[in-house]
Amino acid sequence: MALVLAPEVPLNDWLNALDAQMERSPNFFDARPVVVDLGGVPHEQQGVGEFLQLLERRGIRIIGTEGAHPAWEGIESWGRPLPASTKPGREVETPNLKSGGSGEVNALVIDQPVRSGQSVVFERGDVTVLGSVASGAEVMAGGSVHVYGTLRGRAIAGMSGNPGARIFCRKFQAELMAIDGVYQTADDMPAGMLGKAVQVRLDGEQLKISILE
Amino acid sequence: MGKVLVVTSGKGGVGKTTSTAALGAALARGGENVAVVDFDVGLRNLDLVMGAERRVVFDLINVVQGDAKLSQALIRDKRLDTLSLLPASQTRDKDALTTEGVDKVIAELREKFDWVICDSPAGIERGALLAMRNADAAVVVTNPEVSSVRDSDRIIGILDSKTLKAERGERIDKYLLVTRFDPGRAARNEMLKTEDVLEILSIQLLGIIPESEEVLKASNLGAPVTLNSPTCAPSRAYFDAARRLKGEIVDVVVPLERKGLMERLFGRRVA
Repeated sequence: MALVLAPEVPLNDWLNALDAQMERSPNFFDARPVVVDLGGVPHEQQGVGEFLQLLERRGIRIIGTEGAHPAWEGIESWGRPLPASTKPGREVETPNLKSGGSGEVNALVIDQPVRSGQSVVFERGDVTVLGSVASGAEVMAGGSVHVYGTLRGRAIAGMSGNPGARIFCRKFQAELMAIDGVYQTADDMPAGMLGKAVQVRLDGEQLKISILE
Repeated sequence: MGKVLVVTSGKGGVGKTTSTAALGAALARGGENVAVVDFDVGLRNLDLVMGAERRVVFDLINVVQGDAKLSQALIRDKRLDTLSLLPASQTRDKDALTTEGVDKVIAELREKFDWVICDSPAGIERGALLAMRNADAAVVVTNPEVSSVRDSDRIIGILDSKTLKAERGERIDKYLLVTRFDPGRAARNEMLKTEDVLEILSIQLLGIIPESEEVLKASNLGAPVTLNSPTCAPSRAYFDAARRLKGEIVDVVVPLERKGLMERLFGRRVA
């Protein structure tokens, strides 16, 4: 269940009131998904993007926004769809990825290992990792996930609803993998696949792992 | 202009401070001018390992806050005059460090020394971030066991995103130093293999330091192991690592179990 926050102008006063509230009940927002309803904020309001950052800095986990005006800057990054399976309260740190310069990008290539604690999220298409994905790291893609090293962490493909997405890796040792919301943890993965080059696809409501030759 | 090195690991107790002292002394013995800097404010140890705990007057915080000059706080080693220590404060905490202050101190050290070696606190918080911030290169200290390897992986990711070099879009050099390597346990497959550690972390190997009583003995005596017993196996490994830091090509020796004749004849008896 998500909470809805509806900020009012002036935003600073509203933030002060929120701080006072959070001081009274410090754990109120812990690990709770929050939707920010911006319907009450006038269209000419400046600095809404920074305002959202201020909320996040207070530990509020924003999963989406409502009623945002299209003219506001940086609006395209405000939708934050939940990944298929997440533990509450985990720390996510986005590595400094260089995004492609112009136009529509639908593939992301990462030519270094994804380290423990890093999270690569790319909704618009495939993610290709040339190194390994470490234990405790995760790669989430709207399309397929390709790992040319060892997949030790989590791979989540088809995160925003794409049952045709697949996961490929050269050495399979994943902690968790998911396609279109169907997930499997390491405990449920067939031992015979460990260390092999595999592909994973969705077959009905089940993940199918097969060895790549 | 000197080179700034951070010795870091994420995990505590893997040998950062010991390695800082040993590498610093090894470089200094080779004629380089070296400053070792303790960033573990509140839990300082480097002064003990360097045997300078009774000589601390001013510390890093005093210099950062402008209460003392760098030259007042630096302690020159009594055994090696090319080696100096900038101690941490024991009575303050990491919040007393400011980004600007640290930048200024490191810039000043860089002018004066060939090598500035920063001993990072454990963790991934402010203290560790400030220790790595100005680094040109990082020595990632790792024990051959899974939790240490994962924490090292995490710290490598942070080195690649939170250092000044990374923020400028440059790459920071990262070297792996495997410490507390026990040849006996390695032979019995009770430890992660160095190849596996290297495969997971995929950074350049700087050296493998065998587990040894000599290291502990030196620390307790307040001397870097490379000064206290320069010919023992861990010291030789540290000297080789120091040469690799200077860009020399030296083959990495994997420590082997050395058994005495009697042990080889009768095996090891455990009471």
